[in-house]
Amino acid sequence: MQISEVVNLKEGTLCYHCGEICTSLDIHIGSKVFCCSGCKTVFEILNEKNLCKYYELDKNPGISQKQLDSAVKSRYSYLDDDYIVKQLTSYSDGNISICNFTIPQVHCSSCIWLLENLHKLNPSIIHSEINFLQKNLNIKFSSEDISLREVVELLVSVGYEPQISLNDIENKSKYHSNKSLYYKIGIAGFCFGNIMLLSFPEYLSIGSDLQSVYKQIFGWLNLALGIPVIFYSASDYFKSAIQGIKQKTINIDFPIVLGLTVLFLRSAFEIITSSGPGFIDSMTGLIFFLLIGKVFQSKTYDALNFERNYKSYFPIAVTIRKFGIRQIIPVSNLKTGHRIIIRNNELIPADAILFNGNANIDYSFVTGESISVPKVSGEIVYAGGRQRGPAIELEVIRTVSQSYLTQLWNKDAFVKKDENRFNSLVNVVGKYFTAAILFIAVAAFIYWYPRSLHTAINAFTAVLIIACPCGIALTNPFALGNAVRILGRNRLFVKNASVVEKISGINSIVFDKTGTITKTGDSSITFNGSVLSQHEQMLVKSLVKNSTHPLSTKIYDAIINEDLLEVESFIEHSGKGIEGRVDNITIRLGSALFAADNNKILLTHGDKPGKTDTRIFLAIGGSIKGFFAVNNIYRNGLESIIGSLKQKYALTVLSGDNEGEKENLMRYFDSEKEIRFNQSPHDKLEHIRALQKKGRRVLMIGDGLNDAGALKQSDAGIAISEDVSNFSPSCDAILDASEFRSLNKLIGFCSAVKRIIILSFIISVVYNVMGVTLAFQSEISPMLAAILMPLSSITVVLFTVSSTSLMAKIKGLK
Amino acid sequence: MSVILVLIFFSLLVAAGFLAAFLWAVRTGQYEDRYTPSVRILFDNDKETEK
Repeated sequence: MQISEVVNLKEGTLCYHCGEICTSLDIHIGSKVFCCSGCKTVFEILNEKNLCKYYELDKNPGISQKQLDSAVKSRYSYLDDDYIVKQLTSYSDGNISICNFTIPQVHCSSCIWLLENLHKLNPSIIHSEINFLQKNLNIKFSSEDISLREVVELLVSVGYEPQISLNDIENKSKYHSNKSLYYKIGIAGFCFGNIMLLSFPEYLSIGSDLQSVYKQIFGWLNLALGIPVIFYSASDYFKSAIQGIKQKTINIDFPIVLGLTVLFLRSAFEIITSSGPGFIDSMTGLIFFLLIGKVFQSKTYDALNFERNYKSYFPIAVTIRKFGIRQIIPVSNLKTGHRIIIRNNELIPADAILFNGNANIDYSFVTGESISVPKVSGEIVYAGGRQRGPAIELEVIRTVSQSYLTQLWNKDAFVKKDENRFNSLVNVVGKYFTAAILFIAVAAFIYWYPRSLHTAINAFTAVLIIACPCGIALTNPFALGNAVRILGRNRLFVKNASVVEKISGINSIVFDKTGTITKTGDSSITFNGSVLSQHEQMLVKSLVKNSTHPLSTKIYDAIINEDLLEVESFIEHSGKGIEGRVDNITIRLGSALFAADNNKILLTHGDKPGKTDTRIFLAIGGSIKGFFAVNNIYRNGLESIIGSLKQKYALTVLSGDNEGEKENLMRYFDSEKEIRFNQSPHDKLEHIRALQKKGRRVLMIGDGLNDAGALKQSDAGIAISEDVSNFSPSCDAILDASEFRSLNKLIGFCSAVKRIIILSFIISVVYNVMGVTLAFQSEISPMLAAILMPLSSITVVLFTVSSTSLMAKIKGLK
Repeated sequence: MSVILVLIFFSLLVAAGFLAAFLWAVRTGQYEDRYTPSVRILFDNDKETEK
């Protein structure tokens, strides 16, 4: 037994808990190896409670515990605060509480099993249920025996840390389901089916043999069944049309509602006066199809959130120090002058001045740049950064909502609803369509009026009925709905169907640099030149520590030497480099010319700008030692994507960084004007707005919170994310970073979908022209209407769905 | 003649029963999570064997 265990323990073994490769075999229980003690602890907890089935359902299902720090216990002390508990609890009667948590780590059936068996871990938990797609845990527990904090800590102890953010507190209305749409479709389907059956005798034209009393009873039954459909199932269309009129626009729902109303009134009239069978079957069928289209279009990605703002990421409580006593207060109560304590991995909620401690701030949330920036006492630390290292103490200088970053959300781009700005093609068509059919209907009336009033009314209503733009109305839901599914398969997740149309209409594309066209967190640094001695390394490291420039931090991190020396007369020459005296030696670090102090004779080592890297030249005591080459790793396929996109669109890069990467970027983009550096979040937003004022329709592609304003202001905003379920600012669509290389295909596909929609409009207009020609002659029978309307609808549905799928194949999408 | 009316009455009644069942299913939230139950049902079987 002992021997076989030893055999199993070989290098490269996967952690039994989380499946990560174990670097050592020291941590193990029997033959089960763990990558870290955290994973082992989780296993022990589960083992003790006989929950090891967790490991049988899926292989290595756990969540790596490496990132977790030891101070985790105190981290949840804010959950003892009554106000916060109250906000987080969705129901409580004193004994029993119900809470909902978002748990982003949920990924497999083992997760579901474990989270629904929490009661075995702690009997005070009565019931827990997970919604896998929304990654939402509904947990019911006895609040007398266990506190909310203990519940959260229990979740953390088994590796499922719930995401608790400011958003949960301020905005509790989370998920709203489309239940009422299902009710409507159910009722419409029921009535439609029955009406079809009752109308069958009419279709088979055995009406003549039928006793008239049947006809009448069937007619009345049809009318009775039609009433809930038009008044309940179709109510959204009426509401939308009325809303359109109130805003003095005519949308596509207007001609639909017009057709439906006329259908209903004429049918009711015919049935009540026993003068005909009416068109209730066509009317209910149309409404039923329209509602199906709505369901098809409403494909959403529950687990993704497109409306996130800083509140979704900011903590809900923060530790403050008041008269030497630590105290936890909700972030919303944070005022200027408060002393806050930020521990390792905690987010800084408001702009503050560093008071004490070694700050090492990771702004990857904000900028996408994952290399952390060291700060010294007295420096301003902006909200949104995450401390990496020991706890620090800061003094708040601006409240949460007034901070540099969060101010962005006070801008009017976030206030106004973007739906009004966008005028969908179908509504534009609807306007002209309405005018045309009203004109034809009136013409028919005038034409027939001299002969017979009855025929004139018949022709008038027949035109309105037959011209009801069901084909046009069905085009959008089915074409866009299918496109949304295809894009989703290619890992571009759109917020809703209209985004596809928005993307198809753009003519400019603006990229963010860091994290968007470069890979997040990936950059390599090498030193080329004469080998640096330990002392020289120490000199350089001491110098760069004073600079917050991203390149300096990269060099700082790259030098392993721990000791630092005092730096005298440190000067940062913006855009050129830094210089300072350390240990009485002058060190210059920066561009080739700057490092050589404009002395060209000194330039020997590869002084030409690198092709793919940024070079930082080092001169110690007046002689060039060599250069640091920083390779910013651009995303795979960037060159071909930019190459194909610039043929069709005007491209711009907005970078929050300085011009260090300018030369590299110039290889991809044609002119200097297309690349802007040192852009603040506000600048980005304003730049987009300026482009829009020039009549450009802009697609913004960004990743961090600093792009949030630009993403919102743009006509269509796509956020790039390494892990789609994890982080992204509010946007219209989220693109999985691994699929960045198919970006041009995806945009091309959206444009193709628009062309399909236009084609489909033409098809349905042809049907309408055919129908209207007959209707104009007052020759419309229920039979004809019953055939023509579904036929046009089915043609349109089949055409749009099959051609969008075909187009995806042609474009090489999945 | 009346037999047809009786038939129609009953067919409507049966269909209304299905409609009611559908509406009940929507109201009790059975359409809100269309994935997890499919996984969960497999666990329940296992639980039986555990006991």
